[in-house]
Amino acid sequence: MSAPTTEAGGFDVVGKPVQRLDAMGHVTGRTQYFEDYNPAGMLHLKMHRSERHHANLVEVDTSEAEKVKGVVKVLTYKDVPKNWYTILTLINVGYPEEVVLAEKKVLWMGEPIVAVVATSERAALEGAAAVKVTYEDLEPIFDVEEAIKPDAFPLKPHGTNYFEYEGHHCRRVRLGDVEQGFAEADHIFEFKYQSRPIEQAPTETTGCIVEPQHNGRLKIYSDTQACFFTLDNTALILDVPFGKLQVVGGTVGGGFGGKVDVTVEPISCIAAMQTGKPVKYVYDRYEEMQISSPRAAERIYIKDGVMNDGRIIARQCTLYADAGAYSRHSPYAATKAAAHMPGPYTIPNVHIDSWCVYTNRTPSSAMRGFGVTIGDFALETQMDRIARELDMDPLALRLINAYRDGDMKAHHKVAEGTALIEVIQKAADLVGHELPGELRALSSREGR
Amino acid sequence: MPSSVIEITVNGSEEEFIAKPGTTLLSALRDTLGLTAAKRGCGVGTCGTCTCHVDGEAVMSCLVPVETINGSDVKTLEGTTPPEGLSPLQQSFLDNFATQCGFCTPGMIMAAEALLAQNPSPTREDVVTAISGNVCRCTGYESIIEAILAVGK
Repeated sequence: MSAPTTEAGGFDVVGKPVQRLDAMGHVTGRTQYFEDYNPAGMLHLKMHRSERHHANLVEVDTSEAEKVKGVVKVLTYKDVPKNWYTILTLINVGYPEEVVLAEKKVLWMGEPIVAVVATSERAALEGAAAVKVTYEDLEPIFDVEEAIKPDAFPLKPHGTNYFEYEGHHCRRVRLGDVEQGFAEADHIFEFKYQSRPIEQAPTETTGCIVEPQHNGRLKIYSDTQACFFTLDNTALILDVPFGKLQVVGGTVGGGFGGKVDVTVEPISCIAAMQTGKPVKYVYDRYEEMQISSPRAAERIYIKDGVMNDGRIIARQCTLYADAGAYSRHSPYAATKAAAHMPGPYTIPNVHIDSWCVYTNRTPSSAMRGFGVTIGDFALETQMDRIARELDMDPLALRLINAYRDGDMKAHHKVAEGTALIEVIQKAADLVGHELPGELRALSSREGR
Repeated sequence: MPSSVIEITVNGSEEEFIAKPGTTLLSALRDTLGLTAAKRGCGVGTCGTCTCHVDGEAVMSCLVPVETINGSDVKTLEGTTPPEGLSPLQQSFLDNFATQCGFCTPGMIMAAEALLAQNPSPTREDVVTAISGNVCRCTGYESIIEAILAVGK
């Protein structure tokens, strides 16, 4: 076997534009998205959703919905074999705490209560609108710090409004002694950061078509970003072997994390099983914007102990990720957030608490770099504020504190392969930003 | 209201079908005629993924009741693709890497084609205005603009 060549022209791919495999389908309109499939006799599913943020369900009356012309099936939680689930169950994160259809209470405005299946989209919408729900309102909780107060109303079966990480109230990172660091610091800087939920807003909305096959299997045409989460969780909810389901996916009209939850396939499968017909359930634009999980809102407090020369000697971060009413991917997001703090800086004393908190808001989940992006906003804004307060060049502050090979990170791992110093130096060159000689001479390879 | 018999020309082919009142052109194309290049992104005329031509004008087909365009000439992306190969605009989208998830692409190409038919040498501003009703949530606008300008030159 010959060694890989580095001669010019020796590569088929590197250094050359390569056409995307799917581009030809895209420019001709022949790429088949799930909704481009239109099987004969297809039924349409629409959802009656909670109009309250937090309430007990006193009565759910479906009698008028059943009378709507074209309605063939009205489904409630009693039709769902295993109504309680949680998406990350197969990787042992969490326990079943979300319901496919609401049973005795609702925890967020938009929570699915009754599914209506009809011969046309219009009849399904009319049927869903004809469901009558009587609510007994409960006080909603919208604020993460209100939710974790000891006297807050417990939203979850386990009795607290936060996800428990191996018996702890949050994901924790500890290095050194921050209190001692704060005592020794020349300056203390403490700021609060807050983000709102952000909707991924793909142009193609979340949806699926489920078609019963002659061999008894269900074929699921879906625009999910997570074919295997979908297959596994749907099988668990239906209480059938995984082999009973076939997911046809991989063509996604934009996802950005907004299509990793398992929200449309299970109930569509139940509708297809009960009617023996293909069933389509696709969010309209309103549902995509209001019902599908957004990026979690986060609140982040950062307290730093800083020396006159710019060295950060202590950093305490308290981060609350608002999961909304159900876990979905947020426990994982809060873990990622804990792993990402205190940023790419070498700080000898670090204390991080990263909470995954439940509220009566729309369940949040994945979106591009979830658990990290908002943290970076907070960390780097914090760095700029410190630089301003100390009248320092913001790049100089970062270079002084940037981690280098051999440094101990807050997570008790030795840093290796670091390159922040070189990246900043190069970026400064590109924008014509002057750096003094001693900062120019810094290297990630040289220890402190 | 009774259903109506609709007669329209779609991509050069004369079509006749029955439509319930209020049936959109988008629904007629996708559900009745099986032409699925035009997409339903929002159904309320805000995203442009359903853009087609009616008598040469770019329209959002999700907003057009098909009974109101009886007798018209409709063109979709399917009608743009030549029997062999690609149209210059399609080829330019390919060459300029102007597709990502692909969901906005049919609408973008139809919006661009209507522009170029009226204005063969558009400025960048003309292009931006022409696709201002078309959302690319992958945010690949620069390469789309480049692809359209490359054909206009």
